[in-house]
Amino acid sequence: MALLEVNGLVKHFVAQRSLLGRALAHVKAVDDVSFALEAGKTLALVGESGCGKSTVSRLVLRLIEPDAGTVRFDGRDLLALEAGTLRAFRREAQIIFQDPYASLNPRMTVGQILTEPLALHDLVPPARRVERVAELLRLVGLEPRLARRYPHEFSGGQRQRIAIARALAVEPKLIICDEPVSALDVSIRSQILNLLRELQDRLGLAYIFVSHDLAVVKHIADHVAVMNLGQIVETAEADALFAAPRHPYSRALLSAIPQPQPKAKRTTVLLEGEIPSALDPPSGCRFHTRCPFVIERCRSEAPALLADRTGHATACHRTAELPSADAILPTAGGFSPALAKLVAAFSRKTEGGSPAGVVKQGTTSTTM
Amino acid sequence: MSASPLIEIKDLRIRFHGDDGRITHAVDGVDLSVANGATLGLVGESGCGKSVTSLAIMGLLPKQSAEISGAIRFDGFDLLTTPDQTLRDLRGNRLAMIFQEPMTSLNPSFTIGDQIIETILRHRGGSRRSARDRAIELLRRVHIPSPERRIDDYPHKLSGGMRQRVMIAMALACDPRLLIADEPTTALDVTLQAQILELMRELKAASGAAIILITHDLGVVAEVCDEVAVMYAGEIVERAPVDELFSAPQHPYTVGLLGSIPRLDHRAEQLATIEGMVPNMAQPPAGCRFAARCPFVLDACTKVSPPLVEVGVGHLSRCIRAPLELLVS
Repeated sequence: MALLEVNGLVKHFVAQRSLLGRALAHVKAVDDVSFALEAGKTLALVGESGCGKSTVSRLVLRLIEPDAGTVRFDGRDLLALEAGTLRAFRREAQIIFQDPYASLNPRMTVGQILTEPLALHDLVPPARRVERVAELLRLVGLEPRLARRYPHEFSGGQRQRIAIARALAVEPKLIICDEPVSALDVSIRSQILNLLRELQDRLGLAYIFVSHDLAVVKHIADHVAVMNLGQIVETAEADALFAAPRHPYSRALLSAIPQPQPKAKRTTVLLEGEIPSALDPPSGCRFHTRCPFVIERCRSEAPALLADRTGHATACHRTAELPSADAILPTAGGFSPALAKLVAAFSRKTEGGSPAGVVKQGTTSTTM
Repeated sequence: MSASPLIEIKDLRIRFHGDDGRITHAVDGVDLSVANGATLGLVGESGCGKSVTSLAIMGLLPKQSAEISGAIRFDGFDLLTTPDQTLRDLRGNRLAMIFQEPMTSLNPSFTIGDQIIETILRHRGGSRRSARDRAIELLRRVHIPSPERRIDDYPHKLSGGMRQRVMIAMALACDPRLLIADEPTTALDVTLQAQILELMRELKAASGAAIILITHDLGVVAEVCDEVAVMYAGEIVERAPVDELFSAPQHPYTVGLLGSIPRLDHRAEQLATIEGMVPNMAQPPAGCRFAARCPFVLDACTKVSPPLVEVGVGHLSRCIRAPLELLVS
């Protein structure tokens, strides 16, 4: 049985009200979204600004209430839970946000930040909490003595490690990672991605990984769902989707990512125009205004998300007739043997933040 | 190196004097040159000095706190000693800049037309009528649909991608010789980023302007630049033609950066990580600034600061262990 089963999820936000408070316009943020996630696996929700990927992640945690649909976690219907049992559920599902500068309370020490969930859920007796905080910090590659410091004394990557440690404090089964590396520098980004993968292997965590960056997704996901304007347009095993993306939007997204290969010549699918507003999504297929393969039928009739035998599902009337995606796929490249060996020298050290990095930490921020 | 570079930066040093008396060495001895019509990528992570370098070229650093030395030669001027009045004539005219945040770099209380027309009138003069026609023409060049109507819109009515197009139209208003683009696509969605990059390539081919593209994204560099300079802790650590840099990087920092990006063309089990932190720029270390994080470090690296030397044709590296291939063969 899947750890998480989401069925027919709908959320419309009221965008405008009349003088008397009647709703005049709705943003169709999420419109009939369904997916399932196995324990210990990673599902990536991919799409551009406003596609509804972050709203889905909040609906799954019931941080906002859906208008329709069901969310089943470990067999329980989340939407039927009372406040008390909902809090107990939050022990099992946690979230990490994009901006590690905004998601940690600046007035609490790291120790206090990590102790709070332990106390709230009464997981660890007070006498053992200091010890547990030290354990959590070690788990994310930070030194236990840093528990006395405040968030402003840490770099962005270290703060994201603290946010991860806080999520791990309650021993969850599922962590929702909402653009966890988008605000970080490239070299720090790889540290956090490595850490997330290592923690998954070690603790059997399931992730919902919300991202706009397909290269990052390819690195971390087992399963991918591509979203456009509140709907899933394609979903498949990550390997299948990256080897042969089917939906024209998935192809455009994939081909738009600038690749660090100056010589590689691949076709970029340039989408015309702007992302339409979720306030007034196009009729029929919501991608038809930007689709290079649009036909008359797309304008009037919304395509259903249909799966083939392998479970690769696409919502496009023209799935069967589209040309092969080979031209837009990145050419197999990688590094030359010499460069691969040089790069390997950067992976050889022990994972996580080395103590060397932590010791120097104080020197970049204002000295206390 | 081409015969007469359009812009030539010699030994640029920028130090900031903090309120608490601390001095931060943001840029330390940067030499750069860009030929007419070339695109140079300036790459590095937060705080490496890439944006500060571009602000120095534009003369936009605060005079009270920034201490600048060296020379920036552009079109017969030394921009560091040029009087403010002359600089104002150059900026927006022969020197133009696009910033990362199109939301904050347009004035919300004027229409986009007003803002483009102001630039044209300031530098080119002429009638308001003809400036307006030129503004419409510019908006058309950056592919804004129905520019005759859009010109009277306020910035809030445009999406992020459209605003960045307006910023580019404004930068191009007076046919600049040098365009500095500071993370021009970082705030945009990928499909819009692809559109803007395509537009930049197109405009470069049409106008022949030189571009300095500042970015942290090596993918963007690979797509639009001819040459790349990698900055680390206020110094240029490597400079090379774009193909060379990606196929045979000669500075360990560049190698680490290349290894740490997730790629679509192959899935690495583990990404490379550059352990440790950027050095404290109030007291830069003696010797190589990357030594503390470098897997190839020798004792000698921490003693003397290595010079930026040629290791191949047009390929410079600030590493005493280059060529790096010899380390693994």
